[in-house]
Amino acid sequence: MATQLESRPETVGFENFEYGEPDRRQNEAGYQQTRSQDGNAEQLARFLGWFSIGLGIAEIVAPTQLAEMIGVENKPGVFRLMGIREIGSGIAILSQEQPAGAVWSRVAGDMLDLALLGSQLDSDNPERQKTLAATMSVLGVTAVDLYTAKSLSQQSNWGRSRSRVNGGRRSPRDMVESGSGIKVKTAVTIGRPIGEVYGFWRNFENLPRFMSHLLSVEVDGRRSHWTAVGPANMQVEWDAETVEDRPEELISWRSLPGGQVDTAGYVRFRQAPGNRGTEVVVEMRYDPPGGVVGASIAKLFGESGQEVVTRDLQAFKNVLETGEVVHSDSSIYTRAHPARPPEEKELEKSRLMNTEGAVR
Amino acid sequence: MRANCWEGKKKVRVEQVPDPKILNSRDAIVRITSTAICGSDLHLFNAFVPTMEKGDILGHEFMGEVVETGPGLKGNLKVGDRVVVPFPIACGSCFSCQKGLFSVCENTNPNAWLAEKMFGHATAGIFGYSHLTGGYAGGQAEFARVPFADVGPLKVPEGLTDEQVLFLSDIFPTGYMGAEMCDIQGGDVIAVWGAGPVGQFAIASAKMLGAERIIAIDRFDYRLRMAREKAGATDTINYEDINVLEALKEMTGGRGPDACIDAVGLEAHGHTAMYAYDRAKQAMMLESDRPIALRETILACRPGGIVSVIGVYGGLVDKFPMGAVMNKGLTIKTGQCHVHRYMRPLLERIQRGDIDPSFVITHRLQLDEAPHGYDIFNNKEDECVKVVLKP
Repeated sequence: MATQLESRPETVGFENFEYGEPDRRQNEAGYQQTRSQDGNAEQLARFLGWFSIGLGIAEIVAPTQLAEMIGVENKPGVFRLMGIREIGSGIAILSQEQPAGAVWSRVAGDMLDLALLGSQLDSDNPERQKTLAATMSVLGVTAVDLYTAKSLSQQSNWGRSRSRVNGGRRSPRDMVESGSGIKVKTAVTIGRPIGEVYGFWRNFENLPRFMSHLLSVEVDGRRSHWTAVGPANMQVEWDAETVEDRPEELISWRSLPGGQVDTAGYVRFRQAPGNRGTEVVVEMRYDPPGGVVGASIAKLFGESGQEVVTRDLQAFKNVLETGEVVHSDSSIYTRAHPARPPEEKELEKSRLMNTEGAVR
Repeated sequence: MRANCWEGKKKVRVEQVPDPKILNSRDAIVRITSTAICGSDLHLFNAFVPTMEKGDILGHEFMGEVVETGPGLKGNLKVGDRVVVPFPIACGSCFSCQKGLFSVCENTNPNAWLAEKMFGHATAGIFGYSHLTGGYAGGQAEFARVPFADVGPLKVPEGLTDEQVLFLSDIFPTGYMGAEMCDIQGGDVIAVWGAGPVGQFAIASAKMLGAERIIAIDRFDYRLRMAREKAGATDTINYEDINVLEALKEMTGGRGPDACIDAVGLEAHGHTAMYAYDRAKQAMMLESDRPIALRETILACRPGGIVSVIGVYGGLVDKFPMGAVMNKGLTIKTGQCHVHRYMRPLLERIQRGDIDPSFVITHRLQLDEAPHGYDIFNNKEDECVKVVLKP
């Protein structure tokens, strides 16, 4: 069981089998495992939800009988409170799209139960045997809760969608808009042929040349490893996979579980009318480290997601149309800075300074 | 180096700042020999423009000698070349530049997202004109970094003084574009609101373009006198003495001028616009402009005529006579000047002797006297029309 949890099988978006070759390096069996594993966790969570509600009702309605059954002092008030807690957990699990948190709260409740039962396990208790039996049961339930919570937490938001085996194809836009986190969307027209624009973006290792918050991208087939600078200059990393890649049309990606950022997005390319070049539309969502709070902090430091993506796309246009990212005396800083030339040492420190030459 | 920096409302100070550096491969560094204070600088001085930061270097009308060139400049510009630098920064490669719309270049404003919030789209970067236009250091300094130096700067031929060509950087092309937008035909009567430096050039340009009568409107007699004696205005109106609309009716036999030029902009006398600045959200305008001059141009213009707006506006206007515009079938033409496309033709006019732009200069100061220059220019003291600074 442990090895199943730890393995990170490679997967291909099941939505797009008809496009391009599936990655031959992918572990087919592993993929199957993941799918059933996900389904498992979901089903367990649902079971635990109903179990909680059932147990909670029992604790509220028949506290005395329950106390007798498990060999502890009859304290109806305490039992009723615990009943309310159980029902709360149950409802939380059953009603949320992402029940991981609620299942973790069950684990916390289990710890509390175990502590309470444990305190009654001393030799003073004439019904020690019953209490011991109850403790074993709770330990068993705790194990199930833990397993379920861990399984659910490991999945990204998109992991859930994988479990919908027959869920049908989800469009790239769906994958962004149905997810959580900050969403940004922007568009730019670049006066270069669509092949050149697509080709430049497709080589992800190019992206740090104009995306100011990216430090590096390492590509390995359909997977890539991303390193970026988050709010307050902290470094974050994540793995991603290319979900769809339709040359000169669309590239979509999503992060894999286990990284520090949960993100997904797509870039669409289209011929602009006349000879204006290529229209590029980017839509993406991301859960910055720290979630929405992290994003608010980022805004305080002067960069909101929308600004960053707009700036990045403009920098992309700069590079393709003029050969490099165009800088002003103040744009080389991420924070506010007066419009005056930099000192030498400020220039050396500036992460944004990029006089790199061109694509061509 | 020393540079004139914005330090708050009605506060500028010449400070010691780092020398400019090459940041992009097509940059050049120019040692500035002459620079000027623009009427639009007063909007910054009086804190009408949001996104200013203390320490921003001001100034967008400058010229000088190239002292350093970036590696991407392939011999088009060399160290030692004497150049005038246009105030909008243009890349030359984008859709807008290709169409000759240099002041809306798509590549030179790194703060595009900020401009987009206010205007819907970004426009070109501008030297020394707030972070809304990119946060570029300005030219009221000893040196300046000039991006895309193979696109903007105009080489100055021998035999012309700084004062004769400095205004090719902004106000002469701006006034000229204002007049050009009027589409002047023989017999046309042109009315120009604002007899400041830009208004003076609009009047002079209207004359060069063949206007029959040019009416200058202002409240300072010394400026109206310059318009009449130097710029070529045929008539003047001091709006503090007489009602402009009535006077124009009378002067045009009831028709109204064929075209009206607004060379006044958002600081029209008597208006109190305020902007509040919010860095993380869209800049909010608390109180709208009161475009007194603009309104008058619309009401005065003859039906089917043209209103040419070269005065700078930044935000939202109130009580705009859209009904008059629509029903009289007026054409409004406007924009920040696309300086690059006028520099060469206007240089030729200067060389031919059609015009000597230095006629607008009334004060010549050292760079260190910049704060004084701003004061007298802002308060129209000492018969100030145009202040030129020497670093």
